[in-house]
Amino acid sequence: MIKIKDLHKQFDQLKVLKGINLEVAKGKVVVVIGPSGSGKTTLLRCLNVLEQPTSGQIAIEDQVLDFSQQVPKKKIPSFRRLTGMVFQNYNLFPHMTALENIMEGPVTVKGEKKEAARKKAEMLLGKVGLGDKIHFYPFQLSGGQQQRVGIARALAMEPKVMLFDEPTSALDPELVGEVLKVMKDLANEGMTMVVVTHEMRFAREAADEVIFMDGGVVVERGNPEQIFSNPKEARTKQFLNLIQ
Amino acid sequence: MAKMFLSSIFLDPERVARLMEIGKNSFQPLLEGAIIYTIPLTLISFVCGLALAILTALARISGNKVLQTVARMYVSAVRGTPLLVQLFIIFYGLPTIGIIIDPFPSAIIGFSLNVGAYASEIIRAAILSIPKGQWEAGYSIGMSYPQTLKRIILPQASRVSIPPLSNTFISLVKDTSLASMILVTEMFRRAQEIAATNYEFLLLYMQAALIYWVICFLLSVVQGRIENRLDRYVSS
Ligand SMILES: Nc1ncnc2c1ncn2[C@@H]1O[C@H](COP(=O)(O)OP(=O)(O)OP(=O)(O)O)[C@@H](O)[C@H]1O
Ligand SMILES: [Mg+2]
Repeated sequence: MIKIKDLHKQFDQLKVLKGINLEVAKGKVVVVIGPSGSGKTTLLRCLNVLEQPTSGQIAIEDQVLDFSQQVPKKKIPSFRRLTGMVFQNYNLFPHMTALENIMEGPVTVKGEKKEAARKKAEMLLGKVGLGDKIHFYPFQLSGGQQQRVGIARALAMEPKVMLFDEPTSALDPELVGEVLKVMKDLANEGMTMVVVTHEMRFAREAADEVIFMDGGVVVERGNPEQIFSNPKEARTKQFLNLIQ
Repeated sequence: MAKMFLSSIFLDPERVARLMEIGKNSFQPLLEGAIIYTIPLTLISFVCGLALAILTALARISGNKVLQTVARMYVSAVRGTPLLVQLFIIFYGLPTIGIIIDPFPSAIIGFSLNVGAYASEIIRAAILSIPKGQWEAGYSIGMSYPQTLKRIILPQASRVSIPPLSNTFISLVKDTSLASMILVTEMFRRAQEIAATNYEFLLLYMQAALIYWVICFLLSVVQGRIENRLDRYVSS
């Protein structure tokens, strides 16, 4: 499903990603952990080209972008539509209701009929447990509710892969559960997901694979049990000690 | 002395009657001047200026160095020279190189260029005040730059820019009086012309001032309404 080959990203002098290789099979959930500044966000942003990698290759399904050469600008939008992004601070459109936030992509980008888009948006809001909040503006929703709208907005574009960048780290502790539940449901439905998170319980319960990143490289990878109970690398152990 | 002055205006019944008569007769031409010239001049110039301002703001924030420079020079030139001088250049200056433009269109051009420059700074600041995450959210659901701009950024930027744009608009209403200097028979020019025949300068200029004031007052009411409408999506 996703194949990343020798991905590099550099901001001016700062090398943030130093050769990432990663494969994610269809329907799998990969959790990415690692210390602050290790490049987790940058990796996700490269996956939907919000950040242009310096070199390397990313393939999602049958679309391949090779960043060693100049990537044609017109290839990017269709590539971007393969992935849905969920942001740490939700980034909902504040001037639109929950329903309008979700309809925006299908109507404006895909040219879907308003009526059909509305039906789908209502269905998605029901799915994330917000069927009674469809006409609320973001400022009228709690953080957890906003993030669930964010997830529904991404799903409305019917992406092949969902990317989550610390989706619960801006939330009050009591609101984390409702978002994680939606994510688990999604995983159970077979959605391919790449999740950056510090929620170790989510990683244990939902991840097929855990990836530990540090200093712009993948230091260690394995199933959750292996990484959390029996890490091989000293850096992984050190990091896990710090957060547990 | 003061008593004499007051009595000369207010206590002389004949004088009061004359003033009332002139005031009544001049009210209609002044109002006509406002309706036929002042208001259309303001509206047309504002709409054209706003379009120009959006283009200029987009040029300023674009990555294109040439566009940026052109936009910056335009803004600098307009802001750095008096509006009256600009109007004179267009109406009295250009004919010497064979470009002859009627008074009213000359005024439209001058005022539009002016609004375009000032409002572009307002719009640019408003666009830049929208968090980067909003652009990224637009891109992440597959929107293009123009789509994100139109659907996500400008609607939010317009809310931020309503108060300063209203100031520009109200200034424009008052600035249209300068069009009197290039022969547009708008309200203030009519006041001047009428006063020149009967020498009641105070009365006529006060009358014109009052009409400007009423127009601006009504505009600030409209501004309040628009702000309330656009504020519906932010917590108070
Ligand atoms: N646009 C940018 N310009 C310059 N440097 C950047 C930019 N974005 C990120 N960086 C730098 O890249 C490095 C990695 O950032 P990144 O956000 O990917 O880390 P992270 O692993 O997500 O960290 P955190 O856990 O704090 O979110 C940091 O040193 C950061 O300062
Ligand atoms: Mg991050």
